[in-house]
Amino acid sequence: MDLMEKNLELVENQKLEGHTDRVWSVAWNPVSSNADGVSPILASCSGDNTVRIWEQSSLSRSWSCKTVLEETHTRTVRSCAWSPSGQLLATASFDGTTGIWKNYGSEFECISTLEGHENEVKSVSWNASGSLLATCSRDRSVWIWEVLEGNEYDCAAVLSEHSQDVKMVQWHPTMDVLFSCSYDNTIKVWWSEDDDGEYQCAQTLGESNNGHSSTVWSISFNAAGDKMVTCSDDRTLKIWGTDITKMQSGEEYAPWTHLCTLSGYHDRTIYSAHWSRDDIIVSGAGDDAIRLFVESKHDSVDGPSYNLLLKKNKAHDNDVNCVQWSPGEGERLLASASDDGMVKIWQLATKQ
Amino acid sequence: MTLGLINANPVVQAKKERLVRTQDQYRDDGVDPLDIYDILFPILSFEWTKYVRDIRDPEHPYTLEQLSVVSEESVTIDDELDRILITFTPTIQHCSMANIIGLCLRAKLKESLPLHYKVDIRVSPGSHADENGVNKQLNDKERVAAAMENPNLRQLVDECIYSDEI
Repeated sequence: MDLMEKNLELVENQKLEGHTDRVWSVAWNPVSSNADGVSPILASCSGDNTVRIWEQSSLSRSWSCKTVLEETHTRTVRSCAWSPSGQLLATASFDGTTGIWKNYGSEFECISTLEGHENEVKSVSWNASGSLLATCSRDRSVWIWEVLEGNEYDCAAVLSEHSQDVKMVQWHPTMDVLFSCSYDNTIKVWWSEDDDGEYQCAQTLGESNNGHSSTVWSISFNAAGDKMVTCSDDRTLKIWGTDITKMQSGEEYAPWTHLCTLSGYHDRTIYSAHWSRDDIIVSGAGDDAIRLFVESKHDSVDGPSYNLLLKKNKAHDNDVNCVQWSPGEGERLLASASDDGMVKIWQLATKQ
Repeated sequence: MTLGLINANPVVQAKKERLVRTQDQYRDDGVDPLDIYDILFPILSFEWTKYVRDIRDPEHPYTLEQLSVVSEESVTIDDELDRILITFTPTIQHCSMANIIGLCLRAKLKESLPLHYKVDIRVSPGSHADENGVNKQLNDKERVAAAMENPNLRQLVDECIYSDEI
């Protein structure tokens, strides 16, 4: 299936209103999807200090707000992440804490609050097995937490090698290798040589590695875990790759190298990028637009190259802060969050 | 953020006479640099020294305009894309006030302009010891949002931007 040949468009399915301030992030519950009859669930978090849980009705196909998680965080909730089982939701807040919420279906209960960061927590990520959690902050540190029984979370590591705010943390999709990106323009890879949980900074991807020249806002991996895309205030997307076999052997560190830079497509900061299961990269930027990219079919001596598949101008009335493809099989849905206070659900479809 | 006035003897420009503009000079659509300057003008009159601690020279209650911080020439507008660039000149090289001035300029414009306008704020080239650092901080919206959630800073900014509405 060559996507470039199909006449595709991004169709707005629905606009989810309710937040009273900018929406910073969205996260799809990993276990819900259309295909197996379970209703898709989406979490959104906002400058209004709340998290909203949205669900799509299987009958009417329309989305509604199921519940609002409020009166816990006292400041902006910057991002949220579902555990792999979909049973827990972690919320990162400017109030310096990370909330852990238990998903009881129509209700959520805050079962734990992780403290320790000196100031705003920017991002939270679960590892593939749900045994570890990572958080990061403007205090320049990355924390790794062990998930224990009885709703206990133990701080396993405090990693302080970034020289500025850490914007996002993201665990590798299959291995317990942690990635962080920062206001210091670098991406750091944190690896534990033995399984003793001693994490070290194994690699820093900076300007000398063909890295970004300004703040790096987010990281996303392809399904196989051998490639990642990063986006930046320098208005480029960068594609990086690694030797996945070497990485999976776990014997030594498998370094990441720069494969490709997509420049000239964005003229404002790119806040978010997400790699879909079928290899479509979506970006959300400060020019209110959403863009989709796919790898070029033409072989290149220099490595992979990417083409712009489509650009959705005025996707929102203001900056697009987060874009996320829905998980699972079935129809390709996209969720976006914006400074305009809206969450939107999109569908990639062939033009009629 | 430490608030302190470091420059005890700033170079002061004579306060300019504001030109009274006739209706003809306003465009029907969009904004022009004079409109932006009009929006910012009230905060330029704000008497900063009343609100910062460690004032070295309390005898000089200067305003931003007198310190040549922002003038009509400081505003650049991209009409097509609705983007505004404000370039200001902090007269004090190491001044942490640059951050607060930047926040006030941004907050004032946010209050006054339609939401879709993109605003970039920079210090004019050569005017600050850490020019790149200040510019980066002033235009990182996450940092700006977090700073504005700080009650003390929010209060100072509000006093500044609403100072003409007494």
